[in-house]
Amino acid sequence: MNARVPVIATHALSKVYSPGSEAEVVALKGVDLRIERGDFVAIMGPSGSGKSTLMNLIGCLDTASSGRYECDGVDVATLDAEELATLRRDKIGFIFQGFNLLPRMSALDNVAMPLGYARVSPHERRERAREALAAVGLAERGTHLPSELSGGQQQRVAIARALINAPPILLADEPTGALDSRTGEEILALFKRLRDDDHTVVLITHDADVAAHADRTYVMRDGELHAEGDLPHPDDAALALASSATSAGPGTAGTGAP
Amino acid sequence: MTFLDILRTAIFALRGNWMRSALTSLGVIIGIAAVIVMVSVGQGTQAEIDKLVSGLGSQRLDISPGAGRGPAGGARQSASSFFSLSEGDGDAIRNEIPEVQYVAGALRGNTQVVYAENNASTSWQGVQPDYFDINGWTLSNGAMFDAQDYGSAAKEVIIGDTVRRELFGDDDGVGQTIRLGRVPFTVIGTLAAKGQGGFGQDQDDVVMVPLETGRRRLMGFMGLPPSAVMQIALTVSDAKDLNYVQGEVEALLRQRHKIKPGDDDDFNVRNISEIVKTRTATTDLMSKLLGAVATICLIIGGIGIMNIMLVSVTERIREIGLRMAVGAGPSDVRRQFLAEAMLISLIGGVIGIAIGIVGALLVGKFSDLPVALNGRVVGLAAAFSIATGLFFGYYPARKASQLDPIEALRQQ
Repeated sequence: MNARVPVIATHALSKVYSPGSEAEVVALKGVDLRIERGDFVAIMGPSGSGKSTLMNLIGCLDTASSGRYECDGVDVATLDAEELATLRRDKIGFIFQGFNLLPRMSALDNVAMPLGYARVSPHERRERAREALAAVGLAERGTHLPSELSGGQQQRVAIARALINAPPILLADEPTGALDSRTGEEILALFKRLRDDDHTVVLITHDADVAAHADRTYVMRDGELHAEGDLPHPDDAALALASSATSAGPGTAGTGAP
Repeated sequence: MTFLDILRTAIFALRGNWMRSALTSLGVIIGIAAVIVMVSVGQGTQAEIDKLVSGLGSQRLDISPGAGRGPAGGARQSASSFFSLSEGDGDAIRNEIPEVQYVAGALRGNTQVVYAENNASTSWQGVQPDYFDINGWTLSNGAMFDAQDYGSAAKEVIIGDTVRRELFGDDDGVGQTIRLGRVPFTVIGTLAAKGQGGFGQDQDDVVMVPLETGRRRLMGFMGLPPSAVMQIALTVSDAKDLNYVQGEVEALLRQRHKIKPGDDDDFNVRNISEIVKTRTATTDLMSKLLGAVATICLIIGGIGIMNIMLVSVTERIREIGLRMAVGAGPSDVRRQFLAEAMLISLIGGVIGIAIGIVGALLVGKFSDLPVALNGRVVGLAAAFSIATGLFFGYYPARKASQLDPIEALRQQ
C-alpha cells in the first residue's frame, strides 16, 4: 500500500429490493462515500431514506445490486456468506440501539464472544475481553449479567464487544436511542475518545443533536447521500473522479480533519 | 469456535430449557434402550451358539425317526415311521463307521416320581451307556449303571438334581427307594446339575433308567416294536468328520431300512447347524420386534428433536443474527445447532443405555432368552443416538445457518 487506503469506499452503490416486480423499491441510488481511518462520521436521515440499507451494505450484512464497495480495501461483491462473516468479524464492530447483549451470559463472555469465531484461545479471549471492558470503564463489571447493568453500562459492554477484534470500522446504529440524554452524551464522548485513538466511527442516527458530535455529517434523502459540512456535494465531479480512481490516495475529497 | 466452545454454548442453551430438552430426549431414551436389549439378546444367543459349536455340539449328530420336515410340514406320521429306529441301527453305526466315538439310543416319557409324601412330575429317559458321555452328564453321588443293569432291566434309577431336591431336599437320596408311576426303583446315583438349557428348560428335571428298563417297565404298550428307540445320538471323534459321518449314517440307515432310491428317508439326521437354526429362530423374531421398536422410537424421537430445534431457532433468531453480525459464518451457526441436537440425543442415549442395561438384565432374569452385555453394545447405542441427533438436527441447523442476519436482527 503506497498510501492510506480508505476504510470505506463506495462507488455508485445502489440497492434495489424485489427488482423487476411491482414491489420494486430503489432504496439506494448511486451512493459515493469515502471514509478514512480515524474519521468520526454521522449519517443522518429520516426513516425510509435508505440509511438502514446503506448501513447494512457498509456493515457487510448485505450486498449491493450494483456499484462497488471496498471495505478496508476488500471488494465485497465477490464474497460468499462465509467470507462476508469473516469480513464482518475482522473489519466491523457493530453497536446497536438495543445493545443486543446475550442476556444469560456475563458481560465478560458477551465481550469475548466474537473472539470465539476468530479462533482465539480461551485464555487470550478472557485477557482481551478484560482489557476491552477496562477500556470502556467497566473493569469491575465483568461477571455481571446484562440485566444487572444500567443501559449506559450495557451499551459500553456492547462497545467493548465491538472493539474486541480491533476492527477498522465501528458502525453504530442509533447507539444513544435507548439511553437518556446524559448517558447518551457519555457514549458519544466515548466515541470521540475512540476516534482520537485512531478508530473509525460511523454513526447512523436520525437525531441532528447526536449527529452534531461527529466531525462530518451526511444526510440520506430518498436513497441519495448528500454531504453536510466540509465535504463537497456528492454530485461533484471531483469526488466521482477521486472515487473511481480507487488506487489513488486521498485526493480532492476531504480526508476528515475538520 | 473450538469444540469446547460449541459444547459449552450448547449445554448453556439446553440448560435454559432443561425440562423441554429432557422431554424431547424421551423418544431417544426408549429407542436406545430397545437397541441395547435387542443387541444384548442377539449377542447372548450368539455366545450360546458359539459355546455349543465349540463344545461337544460340533461333534454330535441326532437321529430321530420319521421323515425330515419336508414341504409337507406337519403331515401325520404313522406309528411305524414313528418307531423306525431300533437298537440294531445304533449297533450297526458303532460297528461299521469307525469315525464314530459314542452311540446311544434312548426312549423317553413322562412319569410321576414319589418318595414318601413327596412327589413330582418329571420326565424319564431310558438310555444306553454312551448317553451320559454324549450329553456331558456326570454323577455327583452314587454309581453308574453297570453292564448287568443294562442287560437285566434292573429297577435302578439315576436322578437329576431338580428331582433330587424335590424328593430328598438336602439329602442325596442314594440307596433310597422311590416310585416311578407304580414301579419301585432304587436310586443308585445323582446327576451333577447342568442348569438351564438352550431353550430355558430345566435340564435337571429328569430321571435316567437303563434303556431296557424304560422299555419294559415304564413305556407301557404303545404298539412299540421290540428294540425300538426314539432317538439315537452319536458323536464323532473328530469334528471335521461330522459331514462325512452324517452321509455314512444316512446311507447305512437307508440300506438297513431298505429304502429304495428316490424314496424319502424314514429317519432324520440333524447336526449342529440345524439345531442352531431352530435355536436362533426364536431370538431372531425377538430381535426383529425390538429392532422395529427401536427404529420407530428413534424416528419419533428424532422428529421430536427436529421440532424442538426448529422452535429453538425461531426463539433465538435475534441471537443468531447477533452472532452472525459479530462474525459467525453460516457454518458456525450450523455447527452450533447441530451440536445442540446431538447433545439432546446423546443425553437421551446415555439415559437410554442405562435403562437398556437394566432392561436387558431383567429380560435375562425373567425370560428364557440368553443375554450378553458388553462395551460393544454400549458403543453401538451411543453411535445410534449421535446419528439420530445428526440426522434430525441437520435441517433445523441448516435453516438457522441460512437466516439473513438483517432479518434476524430486526426480529423482536
